[in-house]
Amino acid sequence: MSDQTIWGNDLYDTLVEEGVTLFSYVPDGGHKVMIQRSLDDPRVRSVPLTTEEEGVAMAAGAHLGGIKAVLLMQSSGAGNCINMLSLVANGQFPFVCFVTMRGTFGEENPWQVPMGLAVRPALESIGVVCLPVERPDEVAMTARAALAMAYKSRCGVAVLLSQKLIGAKAF
Amino acid sequence: MTPSATSPETNPRNNQRLDRAIVVPRVIGDHRDFLIVSGLAGAAKDVHALEEGADNAYLLGGAMGAAVPMGLGLALAQPDRHVLVVTGDGELLMNVGALATVMVAGVSRFSILCVDNERYGETGNQITHTAMGVDLAMVARGFGIRHTMAASAEDEFDAAKALLRRTDGPVFVHLKISDTPPPKPSSRSFDAVERKLMFRKALLGHV
Repeated sequence: MSDQTIWGNDLYDTLVEEGVTLFSYVPDGGHKVMIQRSLDDPRVRSVPLTTEEEGVAMAAGAHLGGIKAVLLMQSSGAGNCINMLSLVANGQFPFVCFVTMRGTFGEENPWQVPMGLAVRPALESIGVVCLPVERPDEVAMTARAALAMAYKSRCGVAVLLSQKLIGAKAF
Repeated sequence: MTPSATSPETNPRNNQRLDRAIVVPRVIGDHRDFLIVSGLAGAAKDVHALEEGADNAYLLGGAMGAAVPMGLGLALAQPDRHVLVVTGDGELLMNVGALATVMVAGVSRFSILCVDNERYGETGNQITHTAMGVDLAMVARGFGIRHTMAASAEDEFDAAKALLRRTDGPVFVHLKISDTPPPKPSSRSFDAVERKLMFRKALLGHV
């Protein structure tokens, strides 16, 4: 587990440097730094969602309007997005999300395990490319790769922030 | 008598309501006043009938529940333009929490027109929850949408048209219409990629 105040700030700065101006999120402890930075930053908009699938459609609408958006969510939210990702696949919309993983490495909450294991096959089955990250020094470069791929190859990309990076929450 | 979900009895009031093919164009007025995102099924056909291939409209053919959050993303990207979301009662019910997200996002030039026929029109005309007492205008008000109104009679349509154009929104207009089918598209111009490119080219000058 590494210090979120370092990689979280690094990731946030990278996204803004790359031109992201709209953040949407369903809260998660692993995104605490990113969410707070986006809410405090007058250069961007940051919108809390009631369910993660809204963030998929919102990103597509943002693209129609000419700005870059990202969705921040926990692994449990990936399942909520599946049918909405039809819009990304069918419309070849760029879509980037950052998924803080639960239910995988050292998880102690059994409720997190089924969806945690399903994230990658579920997202890949609807055409989203998954880029896992385990080390803090890979976070920023993976974010850049995800944005480049989504916007140049016109597809959905999920950056999976592993529990080795964010830590397994004990409860 | 309360209609049940298994027997789609026609609501007696429904027979007095107007045909969507007449009412929707009347309430929207000049569609060029807006950037439009339209939800799947009847709503998309209503918008398609305004002007086939209009480059200010993105028509969804699936991804049920997408219209409101997609319109919201567009509104956040284009704060100087007025965004209109046209959606059906069935679609809105599927992702009704998006109204809460609209409220907290602080968009002021953002209007939702809910075309409510109390039916899932694409799947066999089964009644929706709005035929059984769910009041979507009240729901929108409860979610904090600033300006809401329900319109079901001739003398309310001008007020609805004006409300959609308010710039101190968000606005929610709940249009109760009969269950007559939506206008039939002359061609199913709902290609998701083609419409995306056309919309961006018109709005941004590039794809």
